[in-house]
Amino acid sequence: MGKVMLEVKELTTKYVTRFNEDVYAVDHVSLKIEEGKSLGIAGESGCGKSTLALSLMGYYFSPLHYTSGDIIIDGVNISGMKPDEVRKSILGNEIAYIPQAAMNALNPTQKIIRFVEDVIHAHDPKKSKKEIYDMAVERFKVLGLPPEVLQRHAVELSGGMKQRTVIAISTILSPKVLIADEPSSALDVTSQKMVIKMMRELMEKGFIKSMIFITHELPLLYNVTDDIMVMYAGQIVEKGSAKEMVFDPVHPYSKGLMGSIIVPEAGTREVKLEAIPGTPPNLKNPPDGCRFAARCKYAKLECRTYDVPEKEFRDGRMYRCIHDVEYLKEVYGRDE
Amino acid sequence: MSEKMSENKVTIKKGDSVLKGVGITRVFGYGKSRNVAVDKVDFDFHAGEVISIVGESGSGKTTIAKMILGLIGVTEGEMYYNGQPRDISSHKKKKEYWQGIQAVFQDPFSSFNIFNKIDDLLIDCINLMGMKHKSQEEKVEMMTEACSFVNLKYAELTNKYPFELSGGQMQRLMIARIFLMKPKILIADEPTSMVDACSRATILDMLLKLRDEIDMTIIFITHDIGLAYYVSDTVYIMEHGKFVESGSAESVIITPQAAYTKRLISDVPKIHEEWDLSTV
Amino acid sequence: MLHQIKQVFRSPKFIVGFIIFMIILLMAIFYPLISSVGPMQSISKAPFTAPGTYVNIEDAVRDTGGQLTLELPIVENRIEDALTADEKQKMITWLEDNGGVAAGELSADDIETLINTWNSTYDPTLVVQGMLTSAREEYKRIDIRVKSVLSVTGVTIAEQGEDGLEVTGTIDYKRFINVNDVANTFTFPLGADNFGRDVLTELTSAILTSLRVGLIAGLIATAIGLALGLLAGYVGGLVDNLITFITNLFTVIPSFVLLILISNSISSSARGVEVVAMVIGFTAWPWTCRSVRSQVISLRNRDHVNLSKLSGHSMPKIILRDILPYVASYVVMALILQISSGILAEAQLSMLGLGPSTTEVATLGLMMNWSQKFSAWQVGAWWAFLPVILSIAFISFSLNLMNTGLDQVFNPQLRDS
Repeated sequence: MGKVMLEVKELTTKYVTRFNEDVYAVDHVSLKIEEGKSLGIAGESGCGKSTLALSLMGYYFSPLHYTSGDIIIDGVNISGMKPDEVRKSILGNEIAYIPQAAMNALNPTQKIIRFVEDVIHAHDPKKSKKEIYDMAVERFKVLGLPPEVLQRHAVELSGGMKQRTVIAISTILSPKVLIADEPSSALDVTSQKMVIKMMRELMEKGFIKSMIFITHELPLLYNVTDDIMVMYAGQIVEKGSAKEMVFDPVHPYSKGLMGSIIVPEAGTREVKLEAIPGTPPNLKNPPDGCRFAARCKYAKLECRTYDVPEKEFRDGRMYRCIHDVEYLKEVYGRDE
Repeated sequence: MSEKMSENKVTIKKGDSVLKGVGITRVFGYGKSRNVAVDKVDFDFHAGEVISIVGESGSGKTTIAKMILGLIGVTEGEMYYNGQPRDISSHKKKKEYWQGIQAVFQDPFSSFNIFNKIDDLLIDCINLMGMKHKSQEEKVEMMTEACSFVNLKYAELTNKYPFELSGGQMQRLMIARIFLMKPKILIADEPTSMVDACSRATILDMLLKLRDEIDMTIIFITHDIGLAYYVSDTVYIMEHGKFVESGSAESVIITPQAAYTKRLISDVPKIHEEWDLSTV
Repeated sequence: MLHQIKQVFRSPKFIVGFIIFMIILLMAIFYPLISSVGPMQSISKAPFTAPGTYVNIEDAVRDTGGQLTLELPIVENRIEDALTADEKQKMITWLEDNGGVAAGELSADDIETLINTWNSTYDPTLVVQGMLTSAREEYKRIDIRVKSVLSVTGVTIAEQGEDGLEVTGTIDYKRFINVNDVANTFTFPLGADNFGRDVLTELTSAILTSLRVGLIAGLIATAIGLALGLLAGYVGGLVDNLITFITNLFTVIPSFVLLILISNSISSSARGVEVVAMVIGFTAWPWTCRSVRSQVISLRNRDHVNLSKLSGHSMPKIILRDILPYVASYVVMALILQISSGILAEAQLSMLGLGPSTTEVATLGLMMNWSQKFSAWQVGAWWAFLPVILSIAFISFSLNLMNTGLDQVFNPQLRDS
């Protein structure tokens, strides 16, 4: 078992709306990533996966507020830190964050090398420009990016190239955790593949020690991460290895989600897509009991009152449902 | 159903050409900013088929959709509707044309006029179908039928505004609208790309069910090659304003011939086979 | 719609602006009802009467009932009122130079000693060598004034009788009378202007007229701008090019110059308040047109418009049903700004003497113009222009504040979290 890079215990964060209502977008989430491992977070829009990404950085700005729980990066608890402290000492060298529109963050009037200098100087002001340049060229070469890019302006690069450049720059300090929130969703499929390839290289070459990858595209997640976690209405409903999660989901919601995957592969035309009726609950006042109960085919009366805890049924395999694994397997078999 | 509709139904049999384009070209701008969005494209869509036009952003697929719908003009080329040259020169002719061809758009949130109630939208369709004279009760009955087709309850929707619905519900309502109009051709421009994975299956199912019910031709405009494979009989692959490959879904996607199609398919993540990352 | 209106009244900026505006408006509407004079009635026969309450002197003298004797330092107050600091200093100088008083013994603050020394020492007949006659005469005048204010014999009232004056009574210098008992008094809360009109009453009527000018100008400008903007944005092509060309033409020529030229070319006899308002409206529309056009262009490609076309609606119907409601909130905001700038434009024009050519109707700009023409600033009559300036400032401030509040409600990007 590797060294634990990131551990989150019972993290709860909320949004405060204009009318002072609390919306708990991340509700008692716990997770653990070991060195060299990657975790994928899947879920529908509004399930809290992007909020989780923001919360993990410890970088809280209104309307997002920290409520409770711990975030431990390589043994250091950062949950109580002030945003300014987090920016100075955590972002960049401990955690790197790449949102979907990261490529638009590059100031078009500056050369790419300037951003590299900014990132490094934020943590090591003494480094000379020459050292930084050599370091950047080295890293770009290893990642398969042409080093000439460093002397260019952002507007001269294509969308895919910009996104890869941003990823290379934000991981230049070899952070312990990389949080990527839909990093390739705004790109065409070819650029997406290049981004994914690069992220895999980052992991393999040890430039990042662990990764959290957030997307709603399940086939992508399956190909990128070791483990997958499914979120629903601010909570984790199931967690397991990527293969098990895609081909052998336990929770009825994960089952539906995995059943909606479409890939252009022979034989998939005949498989009927699964559909889950209804919409996720409003997090302003979430329902009692299981949050998925209202849409669940297998819901019992107790589901609506009994708060189901996370149940671990095998090493690293967790789900949140009132039913036993055996029962669920049986009904799934019957339904097919 | 109106007289005209039933007449048309007799004349078009399954498998006949409903929409044919010859040398369709669309140019935007002129001089230095001249941009050929669609370049001498030929196509032939048959009744009852599900067709996908697959392309990445900027390939010109939405421009084709808009030309087929008659929302923008055709720079060059000829379109044949039901075997006749298409004539949409006046507003009256366009109105007639639109009785036979309709669309579902990508973004359900921008497809609705948020100032109008849901009833207004559905009554509009009834009126366009030439049933303006029908009594209020008959109209309500038709709307109820259309809503129940897409698993919505009219009684719950009446007097509501679109922003009170979820994205999936809105998109289903758009299908209810198509159910009311019963067009011969439906253009579905990325109808599922803005809805959640779980609602996607519902919407696709409903579209296909509707196709079976009224023998409609569906033209999917999409960037998702997996979706195209799942839903369509015929696939057209588009690159830079041209069709690079077309044929049955099975043959185009499982045994692609054009280099572009091959690349496109290899770049999509797979789950049953190994996804080869070395090819980029 | 109702929901949005509720939202609007949750915006603090809008509420503050709305309250200020309503206070001004209600004051303008209701003050004339309680005012005893008409807004255009000349009351004072002197220009620029200072603010204050004026008591009819004859009534005060004649009223004998309810008189009181009050023990107050009347003489001291009179001296303070009658002698300026300069005159007191002159008295000290005379006494020190000619009265044998040691330097520094007297001061202007110790008025009692000064007056006593003066009365005992000053000799009007003394001829000082080297003193100009005019200076000597001035000392004599000061002496007479000092003697008269020191008089405590009261005033003798006499009436014209058959054989000359008949004394009917005297008024003791310590007698007072309640102002409320005087039959005729008049208060100028903000003084009177050069025409002798009560400024406050005139101001309230000027505010109403200016608001009317702003409203007419704003409505005209918004109507033209909206119509052309909708047409240019939705139809596009040649129509758009033509309208954009005209709009650019109007934008390139500074609208104020245009305004001056048009105002100047209308004969002054025809230049009433409404005409000026229309002139302002006809020159202010281009920016409304430009912004409505750009909004419509982005709306034109929205799917709901395409869907409406596919439903077979005609162009006017699509514009009215699918475009106009989306720009409505924006147009309301533009209208508010146009009203505000219409009021300012009227004030500017009138300052230059190109506003309504009349003295029968007051507008904020005309009041400024009059106070400038009659040198209110030079004579220190601040009340003739300061309230006007403040009114203009508060009206446009409140309108702009309401506009910002609306913007925050309708434009979620600007909301503070």
